[in-house]
Amino acid sequence: MSVTALPRVSPRRRRTDKVMRSLLLVATLIALVPLVFIIYYLLHKGLSAVTSSGFFSTDPNGNFFGNPGGIRSAILGTLEMIALATAISVPVGIAVALYLTEYGKESKFANVIRYFVDVMTGVPSIVFGLFIYIVLVISKIGGAFTGWKGAVAISLLMLPIVIRSSEVVLLLVPSSLREAALALGAPRWRVMLRVVLPTSLSGLVTGSLLAVARGMGETAPLLFTAAGAFALTGNLGAQMNALPIQIYNDIQSPRNAITARAWGAGLTLVALVLIINVIARIASRRSRMA
Amino acid sequence: MEASATTASGGRSLIERSPLSRIPDQVLQWTLTALAAAILILIAYFFIRLIGQSSTAISHFGWGFVFGNDWNPSHLIFRGLPLLVGTVVTSAIALLIGVPVAIGTALFLIEICPRRFRTPMAILVDLLAAVPSVVYGLWGVFVLAPKLLPVEKWFASTFSFIPWIGGGTVTLYNYFIAGLILAIMILPIVSAIAREVISTVPSEHKEAALALGATRWEMIRMAVLPYSRSGITGGAMLGLGRAIGETIAVVLVIGNADVIGKHLFNQGYSLAAVIANEFGEAANTTLYKSALFEAGLVLFILTLIVNIIARWFVSRGTRTRAAGAVMAGVAVDEV
Repeated sequence: MSVTALPRVSPRRRRTDKVMRSLLLVATLIALVPLVFIIYYLLHKGLSAVTSSGFFSTDPNGNFFGNPGGIRSAILGTLEMIALATAISVPVGIAVALYLTEYGKESKFANVIRYFVDVMTGVPSIVFGLFIYIVLVISKIGGAFTGWKGAVAISLLMLPIVIRSSEVVLLLVPSSLREAALALGAPRWRVMLRVVLPTSLSGLVTGSLLAVARGMGETAPLLFTAAGAFALTGNLGAQMNALPIQIYNDIQSPRNAITARAWGAGLTLVALVLIINVIARIASRRSRMA
Repeated sequence: MEASATTASGGRSLIERSPLSRIPDQVLQWTLTALAAAILILIAYFFIRLIGQSSTAISHFGWGFVFGNDWNPSHLIFRGLPLLVGTVVTSAIALLIGVPVAIGTALFLIEICPRRFRTPMAILVDLLAAVPSVVYGLWGVFVLAPKLLPVEKWFASTFSFIPWIGGGTVTLYNYFIAGLILAIMILPIVSAIAREVISTVPSEHKEAALALGATRWEMIRMAVLPYSRSGITGGAMLGLGRAIGETIAVVLVIGNADVIGKHLFNQGYSLAAVIANEFGEAANTTLYKSALFEAGLVLFILTLIVNIIARWFVSRGTRTRAAGAVMAGVAVDEV
């Protein structure tokens, strides 16, 4: 690097400095503008829909006239699918992260795994939807389009996020803790279950929650795996509605009552995602204090 | 393990574990390893199945699928150049707008912003990543596209002498709107990686520049940017990968016209958008469906290449592990 000695700060250089600094500030403000607008319009257009009667207690009915119904089935579908997706991706993800930190370490195989997990994060969500469509929907395993297939597609999206965030957290567990437990005669599996995992618990929770928040808003993979039903169903073996799908369909409607429902559903979805994000942050603060 | 002084019957050391008690350990190790290996197998399996499903279209159109300019489902002709052009144009717009803002934000937050504002501001920027893409689409359709339409019209007529910009009708949904939404969506990703990379610049480098009399900006230009260039490039590439693959926000605001738009403010299509938009219609036509799978395959390969290059840049520019977490959408300070 060539840093040559600079002469005294001339007015021109001072001016450049001022201009560039303010440009950087402006860039930051520009970055915040969309956020402000999105939240403003979600509240502005969504609040009236959310507060209308029956918004959370009726299902979309598909009627061409009159009340289009609320978003109850969409909320239930989203919660159920995300619950199943979490139940799949979090244990598997943490297990793979444990392999990477406890066994694989810097071995060639572990690095290959890391590489492909990173590759997985870059795969577009719609391609995951196609994968599941090819593997599970075409073959009509347990029906064509079902909620659980949507959940599997979402879990594939969440998996790399869980793995990579868990790995970072597990690496933070001091090796002296592991060595102390091993020296006391504890077998490896007990060290992992009783020392490594509890120590990093809040960090693991944070990573998993961020994955949940991400998975919850995904639309594309659900289009070819779960979507299609309006009616309320708790059955993951049937076609299911979901909040993002509901919004996607409602946006394309020419009816004002239905686009209003899209805004209400959008507000609901963003609120859910933000709540999960806040919980994740609180958990991460606890992990840093511990 | 070395034999110790006290030896139990059978020649086994007292502190050594019995072979039986080691079984759970080995089971766990093999289970975890198998799970990790399963991920590789899964990705390979998906890839092969995707190729298999696209094979009808591949054998029908060959390279014409990518470079032929005729997407005509009603005549079962699938030459997808309009899709590829749309993907490339919108992603390019996203990079042109999103990356400078993201880098500016990262530089401001790490180098200029007072320390106590840094975390809250960073959280706000990161919040953009938490907004689901369908909500971006919702906002794009009902707010951004209609509000910007007069501005676009004015711009297109004022600068109509620039090729690809003016001279035609400005449609409500177009490449520019799609690119702008993508720019907003990749901003938090690029910014998070740029922040991560910039904060690893050794303070000695920065202090040296300042000690030599550099102003803040000169310090950024001479010490910070050269050091973090490769990492920031990688971050931008990751943003590009995200932009190429983004589906729902784009399908809602690109117009879904199956011809190449004549200019920036004309409607078009993209690889991801065509899959989401036409999948329902294609369900019963083998060739049509296969063509959409091939669009997915092209998308997959495209993002794969971009991400591999990105990863190479990022790992050159920063500690790999932290970068990996950031790539997964988790800023390190969050964990």
